[in-house]
Amino acid sequence: MKEELIVSGRMNPGIDPYLHIWHWQIPLYLFLGGLAAGILFFTALYYILGKEKELPTAVKWANFIAPAALVIGLFALFLDLKHKLFFWQLYTTIRLSSPMSWGAWTLMLITPLAFIWSASYLRELVPKWDWKLKILYDFEALVIKYRKPLAWAIIFLSIILGIYTGILLSAFNARPLWNTSLLGPLFLTSGLSTGAAVIMWMSKDHAERALFSKIDLILITAELFFIIHLFMGFLASTQVQINAAELFLGGEFTVTFWVFVIILGLVFPGILEILELRGYKVPVAVPAILILFGGLMFRFIMVEAGQITRYLY
Amino acid sequence: MRYAMAIDTKKCVGCGDCVVACQTENNVPIGYCRDWVVENVAGTYPQLEVEIRSERCNHCENSPCVRCCPTGASHIVEGGVVLVEHNKCIGCGACIESCPYDARYSHPDGYVDKCTFCLHRVQKGQDPACVSVCPTNCMYFGDLDNPNSDVSKMLATRKYKVLAPEAGTNPQIYYLT
Amino acid sequence: MKTRRDFIKISAVGTGAVTLGLSTVKLAKASEPGSIFGKKAKNQVAYERFPTYCEVCFWKCAGWTYKDEDGKILKIVGNEEDPHCNGRLCPRGTGGIGMYYDEDRLKKPLIRVGEPGNQSFREASWDEALDLVAKNLNKIKKEHGPECVALFSHGTGGKMLSHLIKAFGSPNITAPSFAQCRGPREVAFAATFGEEVLSPERTDIRDTKCLVLIGSHIGENMHNGQIQEMSEAIDNGATIITVDPRFSTAASHSKFWLPIKPATDIALLMAWIHVIINEELYDKEYIDKYAYGLDQLKTHVKNMTPEWAFGITTIEPDTIRETAREMAAASPAVIVHPGRHVTWYGDDTQRSRAIAILNALLGSWGRRGGFFNPEAVHLPKYPSPAYPKPQKSWKDAFPGQYNLVHEVLTTGICDATIPNPDLGCHLKSWIVYGTNLLASLPDQKKTLEAIENLEFMVVIDTMPMDITGYADVILPECTYLERYDGIRSSPHREPNIALRMPAAEPKYDSRPNYWIAKELGKRLGLEEYFKWNTFEEKLDWQLKKVGSSLEEMKILGVKKMPREYNDLYSLNGEDYEFNTNTGKIELYSTELANEGFDPLPKYTPHPEPPQGFYRLNYGRAPMHTFSRTANNANLTALKKENSVWVNPRVAKLWDLKNGQYVWLKNQDGVVSSFPIKVRVTERIRWDSVYMVHGFGHKEKRLSRAYGKGASDSELVTHVMTDPIMGGTGMRGNFVTFILNDPKKEVAS
Ligand SMILES: Nc1nc2c(c(=O)[nH]1)N[C@H]1C(S)=C(S)[C@@H](COP(=O)(O)OP(=O)(O)OC[C@H]3O[C@@H](n4cnc5c(=O)[nH]c(N)nc54)[C@H](O)[C@@H]3O)O[C@H]1N2
Ligand SMILES: Nc1nc2c(c(=O)[nH]1)N[C@H]1C(S)=C(S)[C@@H](COP(=O)(O)OP(=O)(O)OC[C@H]3O[C@@H](n4cnc5c(=O)[nH]c(N)nc54)[C@H](O)[C@@H]3O)O[C@H]1N2
Ligand code: SF4
Ligand code: SF4
Ligand code: SF4
Ligand code: SF4
Ligand code: SF4
Ligand SMILES: [Mo]
Repeated sequence: MKEELIVSGRMNPGIDPYLHIWHWQIPLYLFLGGLAAGILFFTALYYILGKEKELPTAVKWANFIAPAALVIGLFALFLDLKHKLFFWQLYTTIRLSSPMSWGAWTLMLITPLAFIWSASYLRELVPKWDWKLKILYDFEALVIKYRKPLAWAIIFLSIILGIYTGILLSAFNARPLWNTSLLGPLFLTSGLSTGAAVIMWMSKDHAERALFSKIDLILITAELFFIIHLFMGFLASTQVQINAAELFLGGEFTVTFWVFVIILGLVFPGILEILELRGYKVPVAVPAILILFGGLMFRFIMVEAGQITRYLY
Repeated sequence: MRYAMAIDTKKCVGCGDCVVACQTENNVPIGYCRDWVVENVAGTYPQLEVEIRSERCNHCENSPCVRCCPTGASHIVEGGVVLVEHNKCIGCGACIESCPYDARYSHPDGYVDKCTFCLHRVQKGQDPACVSVCPTNCMYFGDLDNPNSDVSKMLATRKYKVLAPEAGTNPQIYYLT
Repeated sequence: MKTRRDFIKISAVGTGAVTLGLSTVKLAKASEPGSIFGKKAKNQVAYERFPTYCEVCFWKCAGWTYKDEDGKILKIVGNEEDPHCNGRLCPRGTGGIGMYYDEDRLKKPLIRVGEPGNQSFREASWDEALDLVAKNLNKIKKEHGPECVALFSHGTGGKMLSHLIKAFGSPNITAPSFAQCRGPREVAFAATFGEEVLSPERTDIRDTKCLVLIGSHIGENMHNGQIQEMSEAIDNGATIITVDPRFSTAASHSKFWLPIKPATDIALLMAWIHVIINEELYDKEYIDKYAYGLDQLKTHVKNMTPEWAFGITTIEPDTIRETAREMAAASPAVIVHPGRHVTWYGDDTQRSRAIAILNALLGSWGRRGGFFNPEAVHLPKYPSPAYPKPQKSWKDAFPGQYNLVHEVLTTGICDATIPNPDLGCHLKSWIVYGTNLLASLPDQKKTLEAIENLEFMVVIDTMPMDITGYADVILPECTYLERYDGIRSSPHREPNIALRMPAAEPKYDSRPNYWIAKELGKRLGLEEYFKWNTFEEKLDWQLKKVGSSLEEMKILGVKKMPREYNDLYSLNGEDYEFNTNTGKIELYSTELANEGFDPLPKYTPHPEPPQGFYRLNYGRAPMHTFSRTANNANLTALKKENSVWVNPRVAKLWDLKNGQYVWLKNQDGVVSSFPIKVRVTERIRWDSVYMVHGFGHKEKRLSRAYGKGASDSELVTHVMTDPIMGGTGMRGNFVTFILNDPKKEVAS
């Protein structure tokens, strides 16, 4: 028999028997960040590609979700901080080795841009809207004039944001479950997929919906592919990573992961989308909600399970 | 200069004095600790082995906690000592997540805290509190760059290991086996 | 006033009054004798340090109490000059500040108010409480004689109360450190070498080449000097041989671990003696010169072969031979450790004798690396009149028994308190100082029966403990960090003295023992015995007699003095007369023979656990001292409860999981008051379970200790009394597991 115990007690809250430092705030933040990155990416991409007319939801309307998601996400992050009054310290330095740092900076930059982007379409959405101040009308005009460079900035920052939400976890080698380079692309794909799902859900235009269904299908396939590779990688790796994989292959996360993330969050909406593309009538909200739900669950599970896996004890 | 610690598992009895001394020296609130003691039992009665280890921050040469800190609160000072500057720390927990040894904790005042190698004592030429209290004298502290330091001498003559070398952090607490 | 004495939870006291009391105390403090704060220096440095010696266990390491500018006690650190600790306190000593800061401390004198069915304590002033104590003691003195008062005392402060009680006229002063602890070894070593082992032990572990531990679990038993020296011995490459049925920490650091079957050590020891004699490995010159009785011993052990012992102990004959040779090779730098808590199976004096004989054969007594000859500074007593001569004593209850015993048996006092027509019983009142009798004495039923028969009981303690609940009056003492105490003068390689002085004013309305003793003395008409005005005056007088002063000791904390005799290792061929009947080391004990006991140790079998039961083994955890640290916040942070160690085979049989809580029931049907956590571990045999002594407190006011873990003391109901010295063998109890709450079972 092998026995290992901490005999002096290690009562530091949140450390034993397994790490529980990050609670719901971080996965929610990651989800919303990924979602916003996805939407903003498509917005900017199709604007640059000149598809404002064909894909109005992608370019104009879905975007109203993004700033809200970013603000709520940032607020969740703020809630997670334990030394809140020192929050501003984040913006006294740029630390390239810290994903947290460039995440914070990226958000700092992309959030106002997302607001501005949406604001520039506000009067299209709400025709009666009145900016009240002349200066605001001038500013609107300025933005509309420079939408193109703005789109470039947004596409650039949204990619960083998307990758960031992915590699935040994989930067933590200390947690065997997160210690894989696949997590970055996986989260990025998942973020894009949730973004696409929102656009698809909001769109009233059949062609636009079909396009984003297809995009989503590609992303779902990629995600499944990454997940399979993730587990294959773990199982071929060190004991701690095998243990990590086992949490999902018979361990305590098996049901939640396979049922909620894989089946309900990926496979099922994928099938529904195929059916819809084949012309079956499927209420579009169903696959979209499932994808969003799956994406959220995925982040919750990865954050929880990752904290359980460790090198010692 | 490279500070390090060597701990003799052949002598440690797991009394926890290092933990209590750290607590009173560094004003660690009760219910929290910067160091702790692990007991490992292997075998079947009566073919048994027990290894006892006093553990703390490894002041890793390649320290993920410093890398991932968004504010620079976690930083490295003289002798490779990894410290947290409390007034720079936002309590984001990234460093806690990044430490393979779970050596950090969130102080009730909000910031993250951990072993400092008792730099305030070391700078005065004293040993860290845990080293100086240990009743079995099983801890050795000093500068690895100085071949005459206690720690260098132990590492030169004894077999040793470090914890979770596969985590790639290059830890600086050595366990004499 | 013979009321039935029930246990009262002190929590019954109105809390409002406590806070009120507090503010008044502060004002009254200035005139407190011994208070160092009357003349506090104005320009304080950042830290102040005050010499003290530790009172968390009886090793009494000297150290420094550090305070910051605000007068907050920060830490306690060992005194480098102190041979007890060499500048390093053990975890309990380092955590001693937890005793001072404990908010559950006794805060005011308490007096029992006993209307039938509604008993509780009320707070009282010191004057009222002390008057009441004096009135009752005087009444007992008048009606039954002063000898009818007994003092139980453990710890430094008890000395002042001993002085008071001797002046009062009673010889009945006792501590659990004899009949529940060291007694057998002291009697056995005195019978063999004419001298006791003493405390700190005179073992020269530092210089030994071979250390043999018979059960002594040094490393868990955290007596500081020993663990430090054992560690030094490991560094020096000494061989450690540990005999323990449990894989103790010491066993894990040993070259040889002999996993002996419990209760069979005498067989192993005799087989070792057999091998050493048979293979002529003993120190011939030494034995020829100093010892008496080799021939009788030779004949006696003739058939006690390793093969014979194997059948009893389960230790392989080859291992027995190999370890015997290892000891002989190291001789005389070898120590077969006498142990300290040695009241195990009732034949403990005989087991300790076997250990003493083995040491004698190896020539280790009085030799470097064996047993040194300690010397202490002799502090003269502060002048006071001679004590009155007692007319009777506890021993009257035991005619013809315990003639070799020179201390008082705690359990003997209990017996002498319970009325018995055949015994000369007479004790009517107890004063209990610094000992939690319900946790320290076996057979709680008997202790409680004795308590019930008392007319009056005073408890002087720092904490509301299980014992305080039975008192008529409770007097709150301040902790060791808040008081002066007698000078520590203990036997060691170098004679030395240490000072304890207060680092802070007593918290709440607590007072130091010397103040209590003197105040009681006044009220008992014994002022003559307390002629000093302040305790500093008394200490200074004593210190000046040995060439120091209070002033000097406040700076040094510890002072080493030169030895008077150059005889640290005295038996290297020098002539020597031992303090025994024959003047020699008695391998064959004429003293025991005279008293009608076996002059040479014999193995006798002891009962084994019945089906479904396991032998109850207990010991120490390095971070706790008995029950006294169970509520210490700094130490409970490390270990808040004990667990019951269960072998995986047993766990499987009972389907026990690691971390599960169970109740324990012993052979007499006694069930532990609280559940205890299971630790499944290979470190314990399948015929035993193991737990750390000192947990399972019933006093609710102990906010951290109440109900945490289980009490071994409760389960030690079967006592195997040592016929030679009255020690209470406590390891003959067996327990089984109860998986569901027995209280609920009864209810349903
Ligand atoms: N931390 C700490 N240290 C202490 C104390 C404390 O309270 N806390 N108390 C101090 C005091 S007053 C004392 S007296 C000492 C006591 O300390 P020791 O003298 O070391 O006490 P023992 O009872 O010899 O030690 C218990 C060991 O005996 C083993 N044992 C049980 N049955 C048998 C048996 O049949 N044969 C053999 N060979 N071994 C057996 C147990 O498995 C356990 O390992 O500790 C002192 N040191
Ligand atoms: N079942 C079982 N029984 C045992 C043992 C065992 O291992 N198992 N061990 C035995 C041994 S070896 C010994 S030495 C004895 C020890 O027995 P005790 O000395 O009785 O040990 P404790 O239970 O710690 O009781 C100490 C009491 O002193 C109080 N106290 C602490 N400091 C002070 C102070 O400064 N002033 C005053 N007035 N009181 C103070 C504490 O609050 C506590 O109530 O127990 C023996 N009994
Ligand atoms: S103080 Fe020393 S012996 Fe005790 S647990 Fe710490 S390292 Fe081990
Ligand atoms: S042990 Fe942990 S906290 Fe210490 S330097 Fe290494 S990674 Fe950082
Ligand atoms: S919790 Fe503090 S020290 Fe740790 S990474 Fe965040 S800011 Fe840096
Ligand atoms: S070096 Fe100092 S801070 Fe670090 S564990 Fe030891 S006592 Fe604590
Ligand atoms: S051994 Fe520990 S508890 Fe005992 S006196 Fe020394 S420091 Fe205090
Ligand atoms: Mo004892």
